[in-house]
Amino acid sequence: MKTSLVSMTVLAAALSATTVSAETLRLLTWGGYAPAEVIEMFEAETGHTVEVTTSNNEEMIAKLRATNGGGFDLAQPSQDRIASAQEEFGIYKPIDMSKVEEAQIVPSMLSATATNTTFDGEVYGLPHIWGTSGLIVNKAEAEQVADYTDLCDASVAGKVSYRLKRPTLIGFAYAMGLDPFAAYGDTEAYQGILDKVEEKLVSCKANVKTYWDGGDEIKNLLRSGEVVAAMAWDTGGWQLNADNADITFVAPKSGALGWIDTFALPSRGRADEAAYAWINFVMRPDVASMITNAAGNFTAAVGGDEGVNADLKARYQASFDQAAIDNINWYPPVPAGLETLEGATLDRINAAK
Amino acid sequence: MGSDRSKLGFYLLLAPLLLWLVTLIILPHIGLFAVSISEKVGVREYETGLGNYAVFFNEPLYWRTFARTAFMSISTTVLTLLLGFPIAYYIAKLTRGRTKTTLFLMCLIPFWVSELVRTFGWMILLRETGVLSNFLQYTGVIGGPVEFLYNDGAIMVGLVYTSILFMIVPLVTTLDSLDDSLIEAGYDLGGSGFSILREIVIPHAMPGIVSGCIVVFMLSLGNYLTPILLGGKDSLWFTGLIYTQFITRFNWELGSAFGFLLLALSSAVVFLGLKLSRQSLSNTMGR
Repeated sequence: MKTSLVSMTVLAAALSATTVSAETLRLLTWGGYAPAEVIEMFEAETGHTVEVTTSNNEEMIAKLRATNGGGFDLAQPSQDRIASAQEEFGIYKPIDMSKVEEAQIVPSMLSATATNTTFDGEVYGLPHIWGTSGLIVNKAEAEQVADYTDLCDASVAGKVSYRLKRPTLIGFAYAMGLDPFAAYGDTEAYQGILDKVEEKLVSCKANVKTYWDGGDEIKNLLRSGEVVAAMAWDTGGWQLNADNADITFVAPKSGALGWIDTFALPSRGRADEAAYAWINFVMRPDVASMITNAAGNFTAAVGGDEGVNADLKARYQASFDQAAIDNINWYPPVPAGLETLEGATLDRINAAK
Repeated sequence: MGSDRSKLGFYLLLAPLLLWLVTLIILPHIGLFAVSISEKVGVREYETGLGNYAVFFNEPLYWRTFARTAFMSISTTVLTLLLGFPIAYYIAKLTRGRTKTTLFLMCLIPFWVSELVRTFGWMILLRETGVLSNFLQYTGVIGGPVEFLYNDGAIMVGLVYTSILFMIVPLVTTLDSLDDSLIEAGYDLGGSGFSILREIVIPHAMPGIVSGCIVVFMLSLGNYLTPILLGGKDSLWFTGLIYTQFITRFNWELGSAFGFLLLALSSAVVFLGLKLSRQSLSNTMGR
């Protein structure tokens, strides 16, 4: 009895000792970016604890806006959505590069992200995971689908799906021979592009089975065979390929759309030390490989692809030859206010019969 | 001294209610209203004005969605009443004791799981590779797979299913309080089944009907999950518009204005319904 009391006291003392320096990292991220085994390793190594909230680009901004940048200590928005959100709502604080182990990050991606996430001379984002959106095609049923506009073909009527969000507008614009990224700075030209895309998507609506919302929903539709071609993320296609060899990700002729998800610090985050510790931890090559194996997407970590399993590498190479990689259209930062124009277009497409 | 003490007790009892009303209902609404009358003119620049409400009336898409939501919610209410009334009548009047409890419980059981799970249940039943489509193909009624999801019918099915309990409960309560001898007297006086329903049962059940209708209408109008999930690409629902304004467009100003318009619409429809049925709110809700 006495010994157990003593050991309890020791345990309590040990616990309180660790909680003094340890922080709770409230991480706002995407599904799959913080696998349970990585969190366990991190907690064992640093003593910090991690609470994960999964979300998407729009919800991240909306959540941080609602609290003026509080409630989370580290967020992972895409690099093109940081500068405008910072300009409008001031929800992030600048990255302190002295606390980041820069040598772990691929230099070209680090500098590209820094350029795109700079606002008022300060850098707000570090690259973490990159990937593309393009087409997931069931080759047995819809071999002919090679570009976004092929989703409107009569041969796949009623068996296609895409999201009713901005990547769809941009993908279709490229497939129609337009260049939306070049028109980002010119509101009138961009509206002209949006009008053409709107016309196309309204006429295409009869072909669509449903507009999907979540990654699981579209995988379900493709797996059941109800949908044979869809606009979606590359990882979804590779995951489906593991179950059904007919289904895979196809880089569209007009180019896949490339995104980089970043690390950004919410302006009122309370656990910066833990946040930087997490960044430096997950960019280690061995941890980066674990995340790639779990999430399916490659990271910006130097040597992060070495520990990736061979199947995933093979699927990646089957979807992307060198020409397809060179053809990727990388998202430039979205100017503030552009989303209002796109929103009105998306509303009209949604309402069209 | 004694009256002082009872007054103190009164205020102490009132405090939780007031706290709840003020902090969770009145204050957020004032905040929402303040947001709804600020117009965005530039980056981090706002002006006070009614521009957001003007956007609603100038853009046909928004008020058409608004009208469509109201119309479909009213249809849901009517359909729920038509389906719920016979069930409630059967439970209240034609069963006794254990059977009655069992039937009532069976109405309740689906509500033990969350709305999301119930809606996914309907998706499994109605989808192209789902239970209903496969069953009809198996029995030879249809030749190939048919999609039952992603249309207005599917939305209605989901809404009726979600809200029918809230129609049955008040109806059972009011029908229970109807003395059977009144119905017998009606038959003794030579009334037909229909005239008794019209002259005795419905007038007595009116408060229950109206309160059930109000609850079902409000639930349907404010529902978000069911129309979005079951309606697919044709799911235009006003709450969906509010969600997109807040979350994907970052346009809280317009979203707040939409919220207030929805509040006004639901209040107006309930007021109109009470006037048409010649009931008062205290009569239907206060019982």
